[in-house]
Amino acid sequence: MLRFVVRRLLVAALTLVVISLVTFGLFFAVPSSPAKVMCGKNCTAEDIAQVERRLGIDQPLPRQYADFVHGVFAGRTYGEGDFRQDCPAPCLGYSFRNNQPVTEIVAQRAPVTFSIVLGGAVLWLGLGVSLGMVSALRRGTAFDRAAIGVTLAGASMQVYFFGLILLYLLVYSTGLLPFPSYTPLTESPLRWAAGLLLPWMTLGFLNSALYARLSRAQMLETLSEDFVRTARAKGLPARKVHTRHALRAAITPIVTIAGLDIGTSLGGTFITETIFGLQGLGKATVEAVQFLNLPVVMATVLLAAVFIVVANIVVDVLYAVIDPRVRLS
Amino acid sequence: MVELPAPRRGEGPYLRVRDLRVRFDTEDGVVRAVDGVSFAVERGRTLGIVGESGSGKSVTSLAILGLHNAKRTTISGEIWVGGRQLVGLGEEEVRRLRGRDMAMIFQDPLSALHPYYSVGRQIAEAYRVHHPRAGRREARTRAVDMLDRVGIPQPAKRFDQYPHEFSGGMRQRAMIAMALVNDPDLLIADEPTTALDVTVQAQILDLLSDLQEEFRSAIVLITHDLGVVSQVADDVLVMYGGRAVEHGSVERVLRAPQHPYTWGLLSSVPSLHGDADADLVPIPGNPPSLINLPPGCAFHPRCRWADVNGDRSRTEVPELVAAGAAGHLVACHLPVAARERIYRDEVAQVGVAR
Repeated sequence: MLRFVVRRLLVAALTLVVISLVTFGLFFAVPSSPAKVMCGKNCTAEDIAQVERRLGIDQPLPRQYADFVHGVFAGRTYGEGDFRQDCPAPCLGYSFRNNQPVTEIVAQRAPVTFSIVLGGAVLWLGLGVSLGMVSALRRGTAFDRAAIGVTLAGASMQVYFFGLILLYLLVYSTGLLPFPSYTPLTESPLRWAAGLLLPWMTLGFLNSALYARLSRAQMLETLSEDFVRTARAKGLPARKVHTRHALRAAITPIVTIAGLDIGTSLGGTFITETIFGLQGLGKATVEAVQFLNLPVVMATVLLAAVFIVVANIVVDVLYAVIDPRVRLS
Repeated sequence: MVELPAPRRGEGPYLRVRDLRVRFDTEDGVVRAVDGVSFAVERGRTLGIVGESGSGKSVTSLAILGLHNAKRTTISGEIWVGGRQLVGLGEEEVRRLRGRDMAMIFQDPLSALHPYYSVGRQIAEAYRVHHPRAGRREARTRAVDMLDRVGIPQPAKRFDQYPHEFSGGMRQRAMIAMALVNDPDLLIADEPTTALDVTVQAQILDLLSDLQEEFRSAIVLITHDLGVVSQVADDVLVMYGGRAVEHGSVERVLRAPQHPYTWGLLSSVPSLHGDADADLVPIPGNPPSLINLPPGCAFHPRCRWADVNGDRSRTEVPELVAAGAAGHLVACHLPVAARERIYRDEVAQVGVAR
């Protein structure tokens, strides 16, 4: 088990290095210089050169990358003399836009996205898996057909459509819910939940479609397994047969997809954040890309990669927890 | 709580099936999987049900335990288990009997055990369903004890292992331990040795007979292997196309078989005492479609002697009637004299019959 974890961590580190290199490289393939963007229209070539020097982007690319990595692990210093700026580790640089430390931006934005995704995930997993399970047990009935129809509708709708409908129905026309906003959980759990209910419902309904279909198919498969017949032959009540025996065996692929889904979403849910006016990582990333704000882009892209890599490891570990046959090999 | 009538003890056969019919409604039509089968098994006795795939033997056993999907299955006739009629009884009542009064062993113990739970836990679970007041420790003790009784070494250690860590024979032993954990009066074993290799087969059959002596349960053994039947069964029911074609004691059915289908089964099994160079004789043709059973005797398209009686075998379903010795029944239109002559002259040279 230890060797397995160590190997996975090494692969994860390598993945992150490659992703950071590619992001770095891609960014410099863009034909416009961030110094020009920052400096404005009336800048002379000299001004631009000065800004470039200050940002450190006049250096050769490998050197810049090395500085960046050094900054992450040991901190770095920008500029000199009066413009000297010490950036302690983990230094992700300063926003080209307003000179805010990137770590601070991430620290502000990440909790918003986390809250949206985790709340949404609870809803979409709960709703999706239970809907799929009941559909499978009532296969062919009106309930099954209705559930499949609704989830098909859910799967084909988009956040910007469904989210806006909910926004109109629940906020503008009836006032049942406040306009979405982010209050830190530590400040007021109630306001935190109330402000995020709308994005949760949106993500919950839309994503549950996939989970309902997946868990329905998985349940139907395990329900025809011999061990389910054995469980019934023992005289177990139907409820226990369905949950403890059938669902338990059906859960593995659901865990895989859920892990990757959550990992991916944690990197940013741009559309959801934009519709509901929440300042999350997704919005930060898109804005940074539009502004060629390299330090912020680097940070958010890397962070997203970290989430996906970690989610993968978590899924692997969960596999071993769920299936004893995995533990041996 | 549903009150169950107290089981009747000591009078008549523990399991009595009368005119059992099981039909499945499918998109292609109605499958008559079992079509009027009757038999009885007393405590301490073993009935072997023999037949090809699709002869209705497994469907019969699942019907006794009430494991068919009620929505797609129509069951009629009578199934008496310990004095209770199960056909038409509510699912909840039948569930309470399952695993307690009647238990089942399946063909492939690897797929029949849950891969994610330890073997011991699955046995303990079977115990706790019917002993709701039993604590975790009591159930564990009982399960370890059962593992020990079915001959699994180091049962306390084996308790915590998973099915994939057991060998095939050990897995089937664990299955048997699970089936017997509540001391059932009726044990149905559906091809319990088919997935095992031959030496292990013999051990499992021995184990079953030993346990039967100990527990005094009635056993229904479903198999396609006449060798297995001759080894452990007291009575045999030969099924073909969902109907009983021959029924009697093992002695009678294997020594003096009356039905051409039984002859076919016997001739396709090698015998230790027979001529080593003689070829085995397979039964020609394929098992019949249960949606569209041949008219008359379902076996007639594969029977060499179907024309001996004009076209009676093609038009009239033969009744199960007495064939000489007491309790020996056969469903065949051949006259008794003709059957005896054919068997003596044409069939008896091959197979386990001798």
